Amino acid sequence: MTDFSLWDILRNLLLALRWTVVLSLIAFVGGGVVGGLLLFARLSGGPVVDRLIGLYVQVFQGTPLLMQLFLAYFGIALFGIDVSAWTAASVALTLYTSAFLTEIWRGCVASIPKGQWEASGSLALSFGEQMRHVILPQATRIAVAPTVGFLVQVIKGTALASVIGFIELTKAGSMISNATFKPFVVFSCVALLYFVLCFPVSLYAKNLERKINVARR
Amino acid sequence: MSLVAEAPASEAAPAARLSAAPIVRITALRKSYGTNEVLKGIDLEVRRGEVIAIIGKSGSGKSTLLRCINGLEVFQEGSLTVDGKPLLHESAMAMRELRQHVGMIFQSFNLFPHLTVGKNVMLAPTLVKKRSAMEAASQARKLLARVGLAEKFDAMPDQLSGGQQQRVAIARALAMEPAVLLCDEITSALDPELVGEVLRVVESLAVEGMTLLMVTHEMSFARKVSDRVIFMHQGRVHEMGPPAELFGSPKTPELQQFLSSLHD
Repeated sequence: MTDFSLWDILRNLLLALRWTVVLSLIAFVGGGVVGGLLLFARLSGGPVVDRLIGLYVQVFQGTPLLMQLFLAYFGIALFGIDVSAWTAASVALTLYTSAFLTEIWRGCVASIPKGQWEASGSLALSFGEQMRHVILPQATRIAVAPTVGFLVQVIKGTALASVIGFIELTKAGSMISNATFKPFVVFSCVALLYFVLCFPVSLYAKNLERKINVARR
Repeated sequence: MSLVAEAPASEAAPAARLSAAPIVRITALRKSYGTNEVLKGIDLEVRRGEVIAIIGKSGSGKSTLLRCINGLEVFQEGSLTVDGKPLLHESAMAMRELRQHVGMIFQSFNLFPHLTVGKNVMLAPTLVKKRSAMEAASQARKLLARVGLAEKFDAMPDQLSGGQQQRVAIARALAMEPAVLLCDEITSALDPELVGEVLRVVESLAVEGMTLLMVTHEMSFARKVSDRVIFMHQGRVHEMGPPAELFGSPKTPELQQFLSSLHD
């Protein structure tokens, strides 16, 4: 039996780390786009649309991400469409992220004082112009910190994609641990890599929050 | 000879200004929040160039009436026209058209905090009237000079005092060249020493012939500037007339009581 050095373990984990990063980016960009569209629909679509999207948010916030991944993986297959772990993980994480982001952003928009809507409306701005020039610039400043903070949740959430056979950091960790019989060493490395990925993001979010608070004073 | 001929003409001018077709016509307007009726049938005609002060206790519906005129509040019955065009809540286009003729100034200023003072004034003309940035900027500078804030073009709103912010809000409303300006208790959020600078600007607008509807608690200002005073009580126009008449010899006990409560 070949011996695995610590470097061998780390090297292989680093290779798998790529896919964690890629999956996080897909989830975040996809979730951001879908979440943005949902936000716009929710703000402009009237009470029925608002209710429906509220339900969508509740469904994704009220069920474990693991179940969502299972449902995406096995559910889409029921329709006779062959889904790879890639597709299923991307779809599930995108929807999950979109539900959280749209809710975070809705809260930010709702926190803008009513007077801003009234003043811009009185100046004959259309809904789109109000959003683009008055509401969103202010809401964005509030939203940056919680949004970046949520990215950390998404990065950690990608670990669950390992259960449907998606080879990212966690899955690679368990495979290497099976081959090396050094689970503690391997998973310590896995945890360390997650930390290395997430910590700068958290730090960045904190920094942004501080900057924006200073700018507001 | 020529002097004699011209004299009647110059006297007729202000009268002609006032006697034109009404700029705002409100007919049998009713508004309720749920089962609570706050406006119980309002009839009002505002002539071009007229300055109207609306007074009354809080909860009498005076702010609600003002907010109905530019569509910030939806009313259930009656009709409202501005410059002959009816107010249609269902049509975003019609609302947009109407709001270009009706400016509004708020108690809480509502400047856009993320934009400079200049950009606050320029925003609506560039977006709605499609003015070029240059044109809008030079107009904004003129308007800011008019309200005495020429040097604040590049300042942010939170660097200004309340009185200055409210004057910027006036300049911002004027930038759309409205036919009617609604003022909703615009000095109520100001420290007493800042009230004067805002009222002076409003007075200058009145002198220049702007049609003004203002809800106000500044009775001496209302008396001095307005052509007509409306006393609202329990959702109705309770008494209406020239300021000298209303303040000098109030007819209804409600107005008498209201005015005497102010002196306590």
